Amino acid sequence: MTTTRTHAATGTGRIGDSPIRPDGLLKVRGEFAYSSDLWTEGMLWGATLRSPHPRARLVRIDVTPALRLPGVHAALTHVDVPGAKCYGLEHPDQPVLAFDEVRYQGEPVALVAADDPETARRALAAIEVEYEPLPPVVDAEAALRPDSDLVHPGGNLVRHVRIRKGVHDTPDGVPELPEADVVVSGEYRVGMQDQGFLGPESGLAIPAADGGVDLYVATQWLHGDRRQVAASLGLPPEKVRLTLAGVGGAFGGREDLSMQIHACLLALRTGRPVKMVYSREESFFGHVHRHPAVMRYRHGARRDGQLLWVRAEIVLDGGAYASTSAAVIANATTLGIGPYRVPYVAVDGWAVYTNNPPCGAMRGFGAVQACFAYESQMDKLAAALGLDPVEIRVRNALRTGDTMPTGQVVEGPAPVAELLRRVQAAPPAPPTPTGDLRHLPGGVGNTTHGEGVVRGVGYGIGIKNVCFSEGFDDYATARVRLELIGGELTASVHTAAVEVGQGLVTVQEQIVRTELGVDRVTLRTADTSVGDAGSSSASRQTFMTGGAIKAACEQVRQQVLSRLSSAAAANPAAYRFVEGKVLAGTEVVADLAELVGDQPVEATAEFRHRPTQPLDPQTGQGDAHVQYAFAAHRATVDVDTELGLVKVVEIVTAQDVGRAINPQAVEGQIQGGTTQGLGLALLEEIQVSNGVVLNPSFTDYLIPTIADTPPMRLEILELGDPQAPYGLRGVGEPPTISSTPAIVAAVRAATGRELTRVPLRPEHIAGVTAAGEPSPGER
Amino acid sequence: MHLNCVVNGEPRQVDNVWPGESLLYTLRERMGLPGSKNACEQGECGSCTVYLDEVPVCACLVPAGQAQGRRVRTVEGLAEATQLDPVQRAFLEAGAVQCGFCTPGLIITVHDLLRRNPRPTDEDIREALAGNLCRCTGYEKILDAVRLAAAESEVR
Ligand code: FES
Ligand code: FES
Repeated sequence: MTTTRTHAATGTGRIGDSPIRPDGLLKVRGEFAYSSDLWTEGMLWGATLRSPHPRARLVRIDVTPALRLPGVHAALTHVDVPGAKCYGLEHPDQPVLAFDEVRYQGEPVALVAADDPETARRALAAIEVEYEPLPPVVDAEAALRPDSDLVHPGGNLVRHVRIRKGVHDTPDGVPELPEADVVVSGEYRVGMQDQGFLGPESGLAIPAADGGVDLYVATQWLHGDRRQVAASLGLPPEKVRLTLAGVGGAFGGREDLSMQIHACLLALRTGRPVKMVYSREESFFGHVHRHPAVMRYRHGARRDGQLLWVRAEIVLDGGAYASTSAAVIANATTLGIGPYRVPYVAVDGWAVYTNNPPCGAMRGFGAVQACFAYESQMDKLAAALGLDPVEIRVRNALRTGDTMPTGQVVEGPAPVAELLRRVQAAPPAPPTPTGDLRHLPGGVGNTTHGEGVVRGVGYGIGIKNVCFSEGFDDYATARVRLELIGGELTASVHTAAVEVGQGLVTVQEQIVRTELGVDRVTLRTADTSVGDAGSSSASRQTFMTGGAIKAACEQVRQQVLSRLSSAAAANPAAYRFVEGKVLAGTEVVADLAELVGDQPVEATAEFRHRPTQPLDPQTGQGDAHVQYAFAAHRATVDVDTELGLVKVVEIVTAQDVGRAINPQAVEGQIQGGTTQGLGLALLEEIQVSNGVVLNPSFTDYLIPTIADTPPMRLEILELGDPQAPYGLRGVGEPPTISSTPAIVAAVRAATGRELTRVPLRPEHIAGVTAAGEPSPGER
Repeated sequence: MHLNCVVNGEPRQVDNVWPGESLLYTLRERMGLPGSKNACEQGECGSCTVYLDEVPVCACLVPAGQAQGRRVRTVEGLAEATQLDPVQRAFLEAGAVQCGFCTPGLIITVHDLLRRNPRPTDEDIREALAGNLCRCTGYEKILDAVRLAAAESEVR
């Protein structure tokens, strides 16, 4: 049963189309080279020795027993790091290899390079390390008290963000809030979620003749990696060249370094290529996670449901090293009251060092935790006032021209009310079919035939910033070249922008086809020989690299028009490039191939979004964000109220994407993001007990399967942001944010229980343990 | 230990296989067939799914020695060099591939499902694919791909 491929991209594949992704053919054939698939003649295998203790003094390390084993070529410790001993995305506080003290379980202590993975494993086991265990700091709130042990000498606070809008504090620091008709309060908790990308951390480092190193790696940000790797190797950046290898998902978990410096150190020491591949267990220790959160909220409203004030306190457990915690807490706080208009706001957020696993970027980046709290509060307020949960949200919905808690005015479309109305108006989910266990909570586990099963419906809406914030110089670079190859007009694109699965490669081609009117587009592999693209994170890459490619294409067009005539060059807006022709209005004035001839046209452009401002440290005021994005969810669940099992029946998502550059990819982002939010609601938590991870495997850390995931209905709006390339709005993160509270609201509706912590646990849903109380074994 | 087996229709011999080495490792690191993926190596994700004597297995759970004298078929061997199996084509067209790390295993699983059950209901699809994790897509487009592949097989 084989057939040839019939799909042809010719004549299609422009903006608004959904062409087949250019890497798709290799991916379905198993021929796409992921970072863990790399192989080269004579390569060695690198491996990492990690601390079993969450906190300990490092008394002694002896690698000589490992070096005595046949087939072992190097064993390194911190003394072998020639450059900066510590690295970090925002703040270099994380040792390349531990010295003096280990601060989390799994912290890298030593490295080996050996002929094969088995020998490398034995070499790790032969290394002698003497630890003096210390009591770990494991409670983020307690870590802020003056009597706490210090994780770092500078103190346990990573960052405190304080936001005051229309509110002053009393001399003893209590925000003065106006009288409200009704006040609801709650304390909410979010567990530690893992990105769970399927492709393990991996890469291949090859020493180069110039004393530098070439690294082939799966990452989110090639230049961000290079900056940190070069500093720790003590090499100038130009001697550290990174090339993107195939990336098996990322979701924030590849924004920090994992094996990059380690593989390069081993390659430079041995003079041989070194490959490193983490196992799944090691991967759980090899990247940062989503911050666990404790959030205390109070909402004050008028009798008619209009919000008057919000007071929120958010504590994020950043774990042992800073990673991006300072930016995550800024998001959690600046977006901390949700897409609502509120005159008086007092929000405080703290990101804290502990000896728990380090936390940093994960899809939604701080907005996820806050959304669970503020949406739970909105439901509580609706119940207190006897209002419908959608109605109370609509009455307070943010609109264009409203101000955020930071004082930033919301520009461009802000269809909060419309998104809510859309999910509400979708037809109700069908009733549960009888006679097939697979439709019931517990499924073929045969735990119920319908007894005790109650249906519930819940809503949620979230807000997310797009691109980098707070004054960061955020830009992307693209080089576009137009030439005749074998007589055929060909555009080639070179960027350092990382394809993680989201479909950036497809979008890049679509933009070039649209701008230059050529069918044949080739993409060069992303690497550091072209300028920085910034990270594939913050829902920014289509906006930023898309913007850079568009700008480079405009320069290419300008050069082509100057070949046509100086009059044409002076008035480029009058010309369009369509199907290989240059058009003025509808009239063909030139053939593109003739204008290009044997003189290729090339342009490199940098694209910046509009500048942002830092937050005022006292008031949290400032135009810190570039663009806001919104998505709303309606979740329908069936709950076995006796066993606490949940079957998600359906999820409806409405999202404004500004402009769907690639509708199929947009849908994929919304479906995938919504499912990660489902995981956080019901399944996914890294369980940490006294600093020790209890479940570092896919056996015990549960990612939603196809059986856990419901049919999803999508309502995609394209309202167009005048400030963004093509009007697009970042699409990757918004759908991850509000599916969690929508599902929890649905379970609350079915059970009547308060359910203040995610992921929900059966014992909470069934009421065995009271809501909010820790379960046995919980830290 | 020597291993002799037929992989994607070709007789292969591998020397120096360690006892305890998985079939997945042998395929990926010794036979130059990295198409089968290594997302967990614990039997939990299905990314390593291959046919062993035409029965789908998690190659990470099969000791290489168990493939002695048997036939292995991987995603690389599903279609002729310039062709695509309808399941592969359906995954492409339906947008069921994002990062693609789950894709090789899913394609084998779906291929097997459609041989056993050419017209699966959505519930059948969900049940058959419940051992294959995908972190990117939320599975909707994977369902689309299976429906598309089933419909196309029907037409022929
Ligand atoms: S790698 Fe075999 S099941 Fe995950
Ligand atoms: S496409 Fe990335 S895991 Fe499925």
